[in-house]
Amino acid sequence: MTILRSLAKIVSIFLFITLSSSIGNQLNAQDGKSLFSQNCASCHAVNKKLTGPALAGVEDRWPDKKNLYAWIKNNAAFLKTGDAYANKLYNEYNKTAMNLFPTLTDKDIDAILGYIKSVPAAGAAPAGGAATSTAPSDESDSTLVFGLLTLILAVVSLILLQVNSNLKKLSDDKAGIPAVDPVPFYRNKAYIAFISIILFIVGGYMTTVGAMNLGRSKDYQPEQPIYYSHKVHAGVNQINCQYCHTGTYQGKQATLPSVNVCMNCHMAINEYKGEALVRENGDVVDGTAEIKKLYKYAGFTEGQPWDATQAKPIEWVRIHNLPDHVYFNHAQHVNAGQVACQQCHGEIQKMGEVKQFADLSMGWCVNCHRNTQVQFKDNGFYSIYEKFHEDLKSGKLDSAKGITVEKIGGTECQKCHY
Amino acid sequence: MEQKKHWQSFGELNNSEAFNAEVQNEFKEELPFVEDESTLEKGGSFLQAKAPRRDFLKYLGFSTAAAAVAASCEMPIKKAIPFANKPEDLVPGISDYYATTYVQDGDVISVLAKVRDGRPIKLEGNDLSPLTNGGTSARVQAAVLDLYDTARLRFPLMSGKEASFENIDKAIAAELNGAAVIVTSSITSPSTKAVIAQFLAKHPGSKHVTYDAVSHSSMLLANEACYGKRVLPSYQFDKAKAVVSLSADFLGTWLNPVEFAKQYATGKKLNEKTPAMSKHVHFETVASLTGSNADQKYTCRPSEIGAIAAGLLSAVKGQPITGINDVKLKEGIAVAADALIGNKNAALVVAGSNDVNVQIIVNAINDAIGANGNTINFGVTVNYRQGIDSDFATVVDDMNAGKINTVLFYGANPVYSWPQADKVKSGLAKVKTSISFNAKLDETTALCKYVLPAPHFLESWGDAEPAAGYYTFLQPTISPLFKTRPFEDSLLKWSGDATDFTTYLKNEWSRKLGSETAWNKTLQAGVLNPTSVPTAGASLNGAAVANALAVVAASKPNTTIELALYQKIGIGAGQGASNPWLQELPDPVTRATWDNYIIVSPSMARTLLNIDLNNAGQADDYEVHPPKKVVKLTVDGKSIELPVLIIPGTHPQTVGIALGYGRAEAVGKAVIGTGKNAFPLACIENGTVHFNCTNVTLSVTGETYPVALTQTHFRYDTAQGTRTEVVKEITLAEYKKNPTEILEEREAETKPYGGLEKYEAQGTIYPVYERPGIKWGMSVDLNSCNGCGACVVACNAENNVAVVGKPEVLRGHEMHWLRIDKYFSGDMDNPNVVFQPLMCQHCDNAPCENVCPVAATNHSSEGLNQMTYNRCIGTRYCANNCPFKVRRFNWSDYSGADSFPDNQEGIVNDVVINMSDDLTRMVLNPDVTVRSRGVIEKCSFCVQRLQEGKLKAKKDSRPFEDGDIKVACQQSCPTNAISFGNANDKHSAITKVRVENPNRSFYVLEQLHVLPNVTYLAKVRNSDEHEAAHEASNEKEAEKKA
Repeated sequence: MTILRSLAKIVSIFLFITLSSSIGNQLNAQDGKSLFSQNCASCHAVNKKLTGPALAGVEDRWPDKKNLYAWIKNNAAFLKTGDAYANKLYNEYNKTAMNLFPTLTDKDIDAILGYIKSVPAAGAAPAGGAATSTAPSDESDSTLVFGLLTLILAVVSLILLQVNSNLKKLSDDKAGIPAVDPVPFYRNKAYIAFISIILFIVGGYMTTVGAMNLGRSKDYQPEQPIYYSHKVHAGVNQINCQYCHTGTYQGKQATLPSVNVCMNCHMAINEYKGEALVRENGDVVDGTAEIKKLYKYAGFTEGQPWDATQAKPIEWVRIHNLPDHVYFNHAQHVNAGQVACQQCHGEIQKMGEVKQFADLSMGWCVNCHRNTQVQFKDNGFYSIYEKFHEDLKSGKLDSAKGITVEKIGGTECQKCHY
Repeated sequence: MEQKKHWQSFGELNNSEAFNAEVQNEFKEELPFVEDESTLEKGGSFLQAKAPRRDFLKYLGFSTAAAAVAASCEMPIKKAIPFANKPEDLVPGISDYYATTYVQDGDVISVLAKVRDGRPIKLEGNDLSPLTNGGTSARVQAAVLDLYDTARLRFPLMSGKEASFENIDKAIAAELNGAAVIVTSSITSPSTKAVIAQFLAKHPGSKHVTYDAVSHSSMLLANEACYGKRVLPSYQFDKAKAVVSLSADFLGTWLNPVEFAKQYATGKKLNEKTPAMSKHVHFETVASLTGSNADQKYTCRPSEIGAIAAGLLSAVKGQPITGINDVKLKEGIAVAADALIGNKNAALVVAGSNDVNVQIIVNAINDAIGANGNTINFGVTVNYRQGIDSDFATVVDDMNAGKINTVLFYGANPVYSWPQADKVKSGLAKVKTSISFNAKLDETTALCKYVLPAPHFLESWGDAEPAAGYYTFLQPTISPLFKTRPFEDSLLKWSGDATDFTTYLKNEWSRKLGSETAWNKTLQAGVLNPTSVPTAGASLNGAAVANALAVVAASKPNTTIELALYQKIGIGAGQGASNPWLQELPDPVTRATWDNYIIVSPSMARTLLNIDLNNAGQADDYEVHPPKKVVKLTVDGKSIELPVLIIPGTHPQTVGIALGYGRAEAVGKAVIGTGKNAFPLACIENGTVHFNCTNVTLSVTGETYPVALTQTHFRYDTAQGTRTEVVKEITLAEYKKNPTEILEEREAETKPYGGLEKYEAQGTIYPVYERPGIKWGMSVDLNSCNGCGACVVACNAENNVAVVGKPEVLRGHEMHWLRIDKYFSGDMDNPNVVFQPLMCQHCDNAPCENVCPVAATNHSSEGLNQMTYNRCIGTRYCANNCPFKVRRFNWSDYSGADSFPDNQEGIVNDVVINMSDDLTRMVLNPDVTVRSRGVIEKCSFCVQRLQEGKLKAKKDSRPFEDGDIKVACQQSCPTNAISFGNANDKHSAITKVRVENPNRSFYVLEQLHVLPNVTYLAKVRNSDEHEAAHEASNEKEAEKKA
């Protein structure tokens, strides 16, 4: 039974991995909307004036599209050309310099402009979420079916045993063998032995499972000081994870955003008008009120300039806890390993308040290390594994299985414990 | 058993019973649960003791219940608190390195401070400094712990009570009229000097006096007499092919040992194809670190140094040597003179004496051998020590005469370190306004009326000019932890200047460098080096020399017992005494921790203590029991009682005591009960403090005192006694004669298994594993290593290695992952010494791995011997099976990491408990697990750095290079003795070292077929007498047996 269960688990995990990595790819797609949310959204909205002007109709306002391209890529240089409209704009917005985007191509800008056009005028509902892939159905629990079957079979066998013994008794009666005093089942040694063995096995199993789960907190979903919805930010508004979690690509911790990062957008976004926010228990959350909570931490009064030094840090409740003797590095996984956030954190873009998706157990880590391939061909670091490269070429190593993390020592103790 | 060439202890030399018994026992402790201890006393074994079944059940029951209770506790709610406003360039979890400078009492070392999440946690050498080239010392490595010292002053004091800076400023403004005296240790900062000058100008009649606890007055005065300049030149040991040291400990404590160690090691690096080395002849009074490294050394009395110098001067001039009767010394002088004459213009003589006449004669020798302008550069003078003892003596007299109203102390602690401390105390009592700027309430500060806490150098802005034209800068790496104010800020304020020192410094340097941008850039590099280095000699004043020679010739030879006071590499003149890392660092010479003691020679031990070390029983009696006999030493009416250690290599009629101990309790928990102050024993002659005395009387008190000596710890032998030598040493002459001697030795050892080439495959029944990609390897050059101990402390800091305290060291429980073994060879009265740093050898066929019942230690595909603390159940089988004895067991809760509180009280001492104070714990490296009680730990090859370096390469999508990783011991080493890297990479530094040195490379205990990943390069000594002495000792041994 347990074997079946774990098989089912493996299958579902595998399914999930495939599904969620496809989500990851989708998020990386460089379409206009995501470009907009990555590059522009912190200062611009389509229909609203934020740090910068509202972008609806921006193409019509600029006499020449070429100028617009130049302005977006390097506004500082363009200003120096003395363009009248650009300088007017610059002065209008208190000479706040716009960021430089030298990496954007004309095509990218076209895509962004296309997106801006596609957004309906103010008042209309925001565009639906892009993350359309379906979540994998919960682990299909066949355990119950098997359990029921076992129970039925056990009952049947008990009945049969009883029938058998009655028949034996009858035949004995007929044969004239005197009936032995019936031993009640609770004093029957065979029964007692059988039941104690069953109890031992079940009890042992439960104790072991219980003990293994000590300190694990899958599905942990504490109430946070502010109802922060990843669904609204990462799902609906398509904000790139790293806009807030800046450490992900560089360091050990993904890091939580500081208040000034929140305020980058929320200086302007002071109300929530999206889909109703509902907690798991059915309570409806007032999004606007939650934004006001942020203002309280930030020490921000609407309509007045914000003094960032007044901000106080927000004491979030930590969800993902690893023991002190475990070393985990986000950059290693996300940057070097190109693992999508969702693989470990679940469909974060669909979560209201965050819930711990994986149990973060060692078995869970190791299983993934066994199956996941490293960026063997794409990352120059692995060029030192000359032998593996040769073996892959010559077919000695299965290129479909590739070089897994385990193959280069990723399941050894001191990769995570030191 | 065959007489070994190298020995660590007298028991080993004598092959004594106790030695043989001890090497069979891995642990000093008997097993627990013995109901009837008499069984053991009767010689029965543990197995014959009554079965402690009930005890076993009791413990089992308790631990199950305890585990259940501990495990069923509710999971605590943890918070994740981000910044309110994140600084732009700071990524949590990623270390930033800031260039700054270690500055302490004239010592200046450019460093990089590793700052992790706002806390400096490690200091590394700054490669950009041409003086130190990235080298550090044990004290530099330990300095980061001083920042988090719980004994630091937390607020200013006025007459012993807490006060604010404003109130103190007001009070001082009212009192500060007229002349003041500023007493500081050597100040190397040009800006601080300018600030002092400004203060002196504002307060006419004031003066600035430099006070060094152990000064170089005699050298300064000798140079004034000889060359007309009161300066110290820079020495260049790298250019010297012959070095003669008259008991100057230039690798340990003399001027700037980090710089000298680096230079000295360049002369000792051996190119196997063209073997040539510098020659170092040393005259030694008490065994020292530098003497231990010498090619040839001779012991002498401190009072003989003058005569030796005079003799050497005659010898280099080709005149007969007079005034020396000792045959060996005469021979030594001749050897030294030969070396000097043979390397004219590339030779150097230095002396550690604080006698002006000796230094004048040394100047004359250097002049005669053409050192000036070659190995001694007067074009670049150094500022490490500027104090003139007589200047301070005048201050003491003036204070006592009531001539001084105001005195300011900064970095100077004369109440502790002036030989006539009572006079300083009485003088200080007569001074109306006494002000001290100090981080701690030390001996002098405690007697001052105003105490203004000074920030640690890691909290400070500043600059320093260690040598003329070489600048190095300080920038803060953390906000001040306590209410401190820089010394310069106070002086500026009190001279009516409103700018603070930070602004002052910035303005000054922006002006000098042309712009603020240039200043920022310089600050980032941390150093500003001269574009061209001026070289200059100096012309000698012959009259001064004649005079000095006359004085030396007139002094009568001394026949009484003499005392030499010396500094230890870790403790110095007391600066390191409050630092637990430095206290627990075994002194390289004596291998003792936590105390000072009287060092005597084996021959004096015979007469004074009745211990004949050639007698196995007596040697064992001395060596096996930590309590050592206490001796009362009296000199000039002053006496001190200290335990005695017998250290070979000490002059028979000379005893030595380390300075820097016996500090006031207020400077830290680590000084309580550790040693006694020896400064009062020094004498003042002609205004100069002399750290050696004649007419010493010694008397055995009959008491004993335990000394935590580590020399005999972690030694082991098999039941058959087949463990052979672990160091290999050869003389240069032997090497030239037969370069492949060591290789042949190895070949012979492995011959039964097909020789070196096939040894790996044929020496074992185990399969040979592939190591694709990376295979970590290390190489230690025993020729470069001088045993200074910087690596040991660096390892402590990097790997959160616990301090265990003296009682635990006494039991052999020290936790150091890296130890420096000291081996003697040859004559017991004046043996040669080899240092060998020994850490986990990361054996590819590791004996520890096979015996672990829970697979807590196993091998990685990169060749690391991994240790997983959370899997370890503490059977200690691995430690037992390790032939190198490099595994350490956490006998107690040293780190405070246990889940149960109060597991330390009454078990470990206050120093250890203090190490887990919230403040002290800020020094911990967050990337390394803090180990709890009951687990084994050991060197991991700094795996956290390996992983970090690999990740760095992966992030850049490029193959990993040497520069990505430097392990902590390698980084700290001032002589680059340690190479580390990927041995699979043909271009890596480690491969190069192994390929270029095939004749000197060897593995420790290679014949065991454990296949270590650490290679050593054999020590080559540039002496010819070595082999002869060895033969002589063998003969002696043979005679004895006959």
